[in-house]
Amino acid sequence: MMIMAMMAHHSLLRKPTTLIGLCNVAKVSAIRSTSLAAAPSSSASAASSSAMRMPAMKLKSSFSTTTHHIVYQDEASTHATITHPSTIKRTFRDRLSVTKEQSLLGGGMKRIQKQHDKGSLTARERIELLFDTNSFREVDALVTHRCHDFGMSSTPDSIMPGDGVVVGHGLIHGRRVYCFAQDFTVYGGSLGEAHAKKIGKIMDMALRVGAPVIGLNDSGGARIQEGADSLAGYADIFQRNVDASGVIPQISVVMGPCAGGAVYSPAMTDFIFMIENTSYMFVTGPEVVKTVTNETVTKEELGGASVHAGGKSGVAHGSYPNDVAALRAMRTLLELLPSSNDASTLPVRPVTDDPNRSVPALNQLVPDDPNMPYDMKDIIREVLDHGSMFEIMPENAKNIVTAFGRMEGRTVGVVGNNPMVLAGCLDIGASTKAARFVRFCDCFNIPIVTFVDVPGFLPGTGQEHGGIIRHGAKLLFAYAQATVPKITVISRKAYGGAYDVMSSKHLKGDANYAWPGAEIAVMGAKGAVEIIFRGQDVERNTAEYTERFANPMVAAQRGYIDDVIEPSETRRIICDDLRLLRTKKMDTIPRKHSNIPL
Amino acid sequence: MKSMALSSSSRSSSRSCHRSALSRALFGIGGGGSNVDGVVVGSSSGVNIKSSGGGRHRYFHHSSGIYPLRRTSFPTDHGSSFLASSSSSSIAPFSTASTSTSSSSSVSLPPPLRKILIANRGEIAIRIIKSAREHGIQTVAIYSSADARSPHVTLADEAVCLGPNPASSASYLDIDKVCEAVRMTHSEGVHPGYGFLSENCKFAERIESIVLDNTESSEKRKVKFIGPSTHAIQSLGDKIQSKLIAASANVSTVPGYNGVVTSPSHALEIAHDIGYPVMIKASAGGGGKGMRICYTDEEVNEGYRLSKAESASFFGDDRLLVEKYVEDPHHIEIQVLAGTNPTTGQLDILCFAERECSIQRRNQKVIEESPSPHLLPSTRREMIRQVKSLVRAVGYESAGTVEFLVDAHQNFYFLEMNTRLQVEHPVTEMISGSGYPTGQYVDLVYGMLEVAAGRGIPREYLDMVEDNGENEEGANVRYTGHAIEARVYAEDPYRGFLPSTGPLVKYVEPPSLIHVKEDASSSADGGSSSTSSSLCNIRIDSGAIPGAIITTHYDPIISKIISYSPISRHHAIRGLGMALDQYIMRGVQHNIPFVRDVLRNDDFVKGITPTGFIGQHYPEGFHGAVLSETEKSELVVMVREIDRRRKEAAHARDGGGGGGGGGGGGREDDVVVCLGGMFGDAYLVRSTPGNSTAGGSISASVTKLPKRVDDGDDEKKEEDVNVVDSQLVELSAFEYKPSSALAIVEIAGESRALQVHGDDEIGTLTLTMYGSDVDVLVMSPTEYQLSCHMHELAPPDFGNYVLSPMPGTLISFAVKEGDVVELGQELCVVEAMKMQNIIRSHKAGAKVGKLHGKVGASLRADEILVEFEKNVEP
Repeated sequence: MMIMAMMAHHSLLRKPTTLIGLCNVAKVSAIRSTSLAAAPSSSASAASSSAMRMPAMKLKSSFSTTTHHIVYQDEASTHATITHPSTIKRTFRDRLSVTKEQSLLGGGMKRIQKQHDKGSLTARERIELLFDTNSFREVDALVTHRCHDFGMSSTPDSIMPGDGVVVGHGLIHGRRVYCFAQDFTVYGGSLGEAHAKKIGKIMDMALRVGAPVIGLNDSGGARIQEGADSLAGYADIFQRNVDASGVIPQISVVMGPCAGGAVYSPAMTDFIFMIENTSYMFVTGPEVVKTVTNETVTKEELGGASVHAGGKSGVAHGSYPNDVAALRAMRTLLELLPSSNDASTLPVRPVTDDPNRSVPALNQLVPDDPNMPYDMKDIIREVLDHGSMFEIMPENAKNIVTAFGRMEGRTVGVVGNNPMVLAGCLDIGASTKAARFVRFCDCFNIPIVTFVDVPGFLPGTGQEHGGIIRHGAKLLFAYAQATVPKITVISRKAYGGAYDVMSSKHLKGDANYAWPGAEIAVMGAKGAVEIIFRGQDVERNTAEYTERFANPMVAAQRGYIDDVIEPSETRRIICDDLRLLRTKKMDTIPRKHSNIPL
Repeated sequence: MKSMALSSSSRSSSRSCHRSALSRALFGIGGGGSNVDGVVVGSSSGVNIKSSGGGRHRYFHHSSGIYPLRRTSFPTDHGSSFLASSSSSSIAPFSTASTSTSSSSSVSLPPPLRKILIANRGEIAIRIIKSAREHGIQTVAIYSSADARSPHVTLADEAVCLGPNPASSASYLDIDKVCEAVRMTHSEGVHPGYGFLSENCKFAERIESIVLDNTESSEKRKVKFIGPSTHAIQSLGDKIQSKLIAASANVSTVPGYNGVVTSPSHALEIAHDIGYPVMIKASAGGGGKGMRICYTDEEVNEGYRLSKAESASFFGDDRLLVEKYVEDPHHIEIQVLAGTNPTTGQLDILCFAERECSIQRRNQKVIEESPSPHLLPSTRREMIRQVKSLVRAVGYESAGTVEFLVDAHQNFYFLEMNTRLQVEHPVTEMISGSGYPTGQYVDLVYGMLEVAAGRGIPREYLDMVEDNGENEEGANVRYTGHAIEARVYAEDPYRGFLPSTGPLVKYVEPPSLIHVKEDASSSADGGSSSTSSSLCNIRIDSGAIPGAIITTHYDPIISKIISYSPISRHHAIRGLGMALDQYIMRGVQHNIPFVRDVLRNDDFVKGITPTGFIGQHYPEGFHGAVLSETEKSELVVMVREIDRRRKEAAHARDGGGGGGGGGGGGREDDVVVCLGGMFGDAYLVRSTPGNSTAGGSISASVTKLPKRVDDGDDEKKEEDVNVVDSQLVELSAFEYKPSSALAIVEIAGESRALQVHGDDEIGTLTLTMYGSDVDVLVMSPTEYQLSCHMHELAPPDFGNYVLSPMPGTLISFAVKEGDVVELGQELCVVEAMKMQNIIRSHKAGAKVGKLHGKVGASLRADEILVEFEKNVEP
């Protein structure tokens, strides 16, 4: 036993830069668990499913027997005409295993090495990390393209099984998820007819059974050799993205290039995540940009993670430093999401954080001085189970926080104005960010908890000319239309129209609360006094106005808030409300669809 | 009643700046003796407290005056929980009832103070409120609006707001406002705490000049300053004068020649006179320049020459001084509680076992303990003898502290006398008498209150003096065990201890009892043959509550944490370490990582703690706890176990579907733990057979995996990789629930606490071990192997930016956009903790691209101040 253990250590001790390293583990573990299975190399033809589950092992066997197989192939081609049917069957089985092994190897060791040198993983390695151990089942591994132009089928080697995308399904924390992973090592991950069909197929399957789809994008773009077929392929995917929207969660992880029309499939999914420094998304690349606008720009500057997830474009919902981190994060996210819009698929975790837990810190965290900032994320974390949240768009429009978390083991969507940035006001970025988040939650029956500290909409020509009216309306529309449980806590400021927008009672809020320090008014005391009293006796009038109106009493007297609550009891109250709102039913007016101001 | 008014006024008048001990004693008797009614008044005030518990008064100080403040405040649960804990856990040393009956039986005493105002904030204000409340004295807090929700305000019976300006100078330091608050609330005494106005002789004078009109009885009462006389504050506050007083009271001071040395022979003469080693230093000196330490005649000759030349060139002034050089000095101080005995008229002086306060950073004490591991009993006796002589010479009353330097040879030299209650007084309190847990210990604040009321030192305390038969003059108050205190400051030990600000998002104090287990073998001073175990009492004097916001306006102290062991210093250190490990504070960077590290230092454990300790052990500053490979292996196994339990709890439903990729098909139990994130040190952990479930012992083998090497030349490096031996780690007990933030582990009979702060999206757990944070990532072997292909992102380049080194306020910019600046040129000024810090350019010939931030705006640490244009360097 000890010797074996040492061997296993040794495999890890070596610097693994290629798949060989991976195989060492496989080999050793196979030796260690001799009772579990026969040696993998002997099961080549017997169990194709084992090949699926154990790609690493299979690869090893294919290396050690490559020459052997080529000999077989030669024999088959020269003696085919005179071979006995049983030999033909056997020959086919051998050919099948060769093809499957080829499919597993993708574009070959050289290209795999190149991918690794970039700091990226291959499609299969990514799948390996995304799913629970040995749970992935591949579909369409044998699919090939049908293009004969431009020498695409001139040699047997030019037809690669799988056609540059690995599709299938597996388990993530025990729940079924469909996945396609573009393989950059095969035709640069380019999308042709067969490639697109594979993606379409598993999207159809996912929609049929009600399971999320996650796409790992790493593609050079349209396969130009296939021309119109390639364009048709994209459109077929787009259509399916739309068909599946709001029915099953769709997630895109852009892990390499994603350019041209290809960007629109991720764009129509629910979430886009990117990898820092190794991924980019743009409609037209730097060369075209240079030709048309004479701008010199790098790929990273044009459409890297820093642009899309870093607060410039708001296209992506997050970014991670590398593939491994991103895939781990996806496992975390998918654990929070339901499998489909069927409410029964909402995940429920065992309760390990007391829902009645009092949070005394909340009584202190919000400063009395309305001009003193505080981090709304501190408040949100304290209220959620285990202080754990998965933020959506953490680096974009930071004046609003959107995040998933759990309360009493069940997923909630949290929206909160963050006074740390721009005093927490609503602007174009914040409105669109939160609106899309609210819509997602509503699609998938995730209750929305809103924390309000909003001084109003951001003033200025930039905002007005940019269409804050149109964009602010999105958030208003989204909240008003959402039928999921809506719970709102006003922690400090709730001024003007922004008060109405932020999940107010008037927008069919289910439970609306204010903390004692809340100020619900048309505007701050100073502004109000200047208008009402035309600048006369400002100090005294401000003090008087503050005392009378800078509190939640008026709103409470009118029932616009259900109660003024002790901040430390917020978690207990929200958990209780969520519990009773589980049976919430709300009829919607029949219509084709509403017309949200896009 | 008239007699009482008369006596109290006469007693107060006797507190003028110059008076003799005799007259004071006489008046003391008169004051006490004539005051029969006083006792009655005192006890009735005790009743008042209870009945007035609900109705607290609030006053708000507006620019024009102080108004009662009506607040629609919620009952704060901190207030009530604090009270509950103070009544249940901390035991009143002596009940008020027993004090009054025992004293009234012999001689009638002046009444105790009925209501006091605490001219301070934070932990010390709370500390004083606690003592006052235990003895039935009402309390008044003062506060600036920044402190409106502070616990000292909520805890006090009454509170007065000193105005909206949070600056100390406009609130806690504003003598006029404090005096007004005293008058308004009819406070009979003012306790200044430490810092602020505590050693301000003018303040004491102003307080003592306030006469309160009692509307009920037309009685006039003078307000008491709860501290020494103004005379004592004044004479001891001046460093030169205090040294002269000390010298004339035969207290040993640092020997030296009070004048300029004229020649080498003169220097030799002085050196022989005061004895070696001596220090020759420049009269104008500083920073070690022109300074020589000499042990022999030759060294004096040479030193004189060199120092003279050096000081001439550095300071343009070649005058030299010679004084005794104190080798490896310890900072040791004697706590005094002195008061006129109302019965005898004599000055009672209590001296306590010394406090060792040598662990200092830039003259700021960090760790204090009592007794000192350095001082011999004979030295202590001599010290106490001298202290008493000094106290008598000054006629000092109330609590005070005499500070000494003690060298390696037990020679000691007077430094100064602090005329206030000191920050570190709890270590003395905790060991006094039969020790903290018995309740038979000294409450110094109560002692001060009694002395200030003219009631003398409580008799019980006087009875605690050690009776060693031979020499009563050198006797100290009896003590038991050992106490050690750490000061917890909101300052960043990783950034040169700059102040840090923000909300204490999480604040959980450790338990008040800590079980210290240890093997006899690891005990430094036990000597017992079997495994010993003991309980340490943990006392926390804190001004913080969860969510409290730490600002730059005041002293950055968060709390003091004191560990008391009835057994040994070693136990007390271990107890403090365990307590600090369980002290959860998030949101504000604090100095616990540093303090905790000092407690682990071998020299510290051995008691080798000269004042140069920090400079000697942390010459390059502090960069986090350094763990040994064994400790890392242990940590790794704990991480594996924590991770396993968290996953189990989260996926109880899944039936084992969880876990990372693990395509290699290794056993589920095999994991790779990375310390310091994905690119940190990686360890393979595998369970060893016989691994039992919760509660039982956990064992695993740990193998350190080689450092990842850059892709490319791995073929060559692969050969160099040594196979590291695996290590078997056994945790004899492990206690962790995913719902808690603490894991308690026992390794080889020694317990250890680990804080678990939750994870991020990618599953990086943040833990705290030995005070320092460490990010850990648990991966499957496959994940680890694939992660080796990942490139570590270079940290963002801030070369073109100038960042604020600390939180504070942006005062001004010295440059404009477009200016070209030189290396070291002033760019802007950031004010923090009342210090104006000049921020200088770290680049030469750089063009200022953009100025960030508005003048007057508050800054976070690392906020961008100035951005230079790119590519300006030639």
